[in-house]
Amino acid sequence: MSISRRKFLGVAGAASALAIAGKTSIDALASGSSTKAGGGAAAATRWAIVIDSSKCLKKEGCKDCILACDKAHNIPRFDDPKHEVKWIWKEPYEDAFPEQQNPYDDANLKGEPFILLCNHCDKPPCVRVCPTQATWKREDGIVMMDWHRCIGCRYCMAACPYGSRSFNWFDPRPHIKDLNPDFPTRTKGVVEKCDLCEELLAQGKPPACVAACPEKAMVFGNLDDPESEVRELLRKHYTIRRKPELGTHPEIYYIV
Amino acid sequence: MRDRGMIIAGLLVFLALVTFPVWYDLAAGTTSKGPDPKLPTQEKDCVAPVEYMRTSHMDLLMTWRQDVVREGMRDYVAFDGKTYTMGLTKTCLKCHDKKEFCDRCHNYAGVTPYCWECHVDPKLAQRSKG
Repeated sequence: MSISRRKFLGVAGAASALAIAGKTSIDALASGSSTKAGGGAAAATRWAIVIDSSKCLKKEGCKDCILACDKAHNIPRFDDPKHEVKWIWKEPYEDAFPEQQNPYDDANLKGEPFILLCNHCDKPPCVRVCPTQATWKREDGIVMMDWHRCIGCRYCMAACPYGSRSFNWFDPRPHIKDLNPDFPTRTKGVVEKCDLCEELLAQGKPPACVAACPEKAMVFGNLDDPESEVRELLRKHYTIRRKPELGTHPEIYYIV
Repeated sequence: MRDRGMIIAGLLVFLALVTFPVWYDLAAGTTSKGPDPKLPTQEKDCVAPVEYMRTSHMDLLMTWRQDVVREGMRDYVAFDGKTYTMGLTKTCLKCHDKKEFCDRCHNYAGVTPYCWECHVDPKLAQRSKG
């Protein structure tokens, strides 16, 4: 049962050639079927939010969007910031956009709180690392979570460059002020984040934060529709996104 | 055979100990009691026939969960052609009482489904408010 070097190399070469041929044909087949299945729906909807920061800053100390989200999604409040669970939150300008400032930035921006939430990236790194596919990107661009499937490994939290994900270190139930029976709570040991209110979108309603904003600073809409309000805003204004250099293609736009 | 008394007494004690759970249950009167779930009064039809629901409601709920969370489908066409919104809290618990329906059978069967760790019993939410 001996095999010569020449023979071994020959067999190995033939096997890898076969493997490459098989992979290419599979890829060709797969791409063909996916355009058929997802083409129509993907071209129809790509949800995004445009936030006008000057409107957002108008009402000082306003937390309406955050409170609306808390209520809609049963988000617990912990005293210890290490245990914080957040879907939408505020961060000073220089922390939200660390790479986009210069020493002469408008004094209006410095230290001003910006509203941050999950960016529902086009190339979400959290989805790539999730070992159980508990988080995935829907065809309409929402980076969804299936809490049934989350095993709490927190890879997604490490992968997310925006800090959009929170871990439930404790049973959140006792820390929810106003229990909303229409939405589940989470359990100890799962990760959670903004789901762009997909449960409200299914009923034809806008996300809770967008609806709650008294200044209409948040505009929600479909990027794939050239006539939509979000596209109109993006045409008219210069907008920035958080850490675009990372290549995640965040879909929350800020007018500064 | 001098130990006959001892042996018989020992056997009796042994039998009494082994059959203790049976006596205990009989004395407490719990043996013949079924789970006795309280059926809803306002609706007569469920999303599936009783026999199916009795044996396979957990499979149905798993399918619902898959359809709603992962596929984004929310309507369920029942066996009788009626359309329901898929949802444990929104649909099932609209008619059924968690404490008096779900829990009674689950406790009887000794199963602890973890649905309730996240899904909220609307009555519990009311109580926490009131």
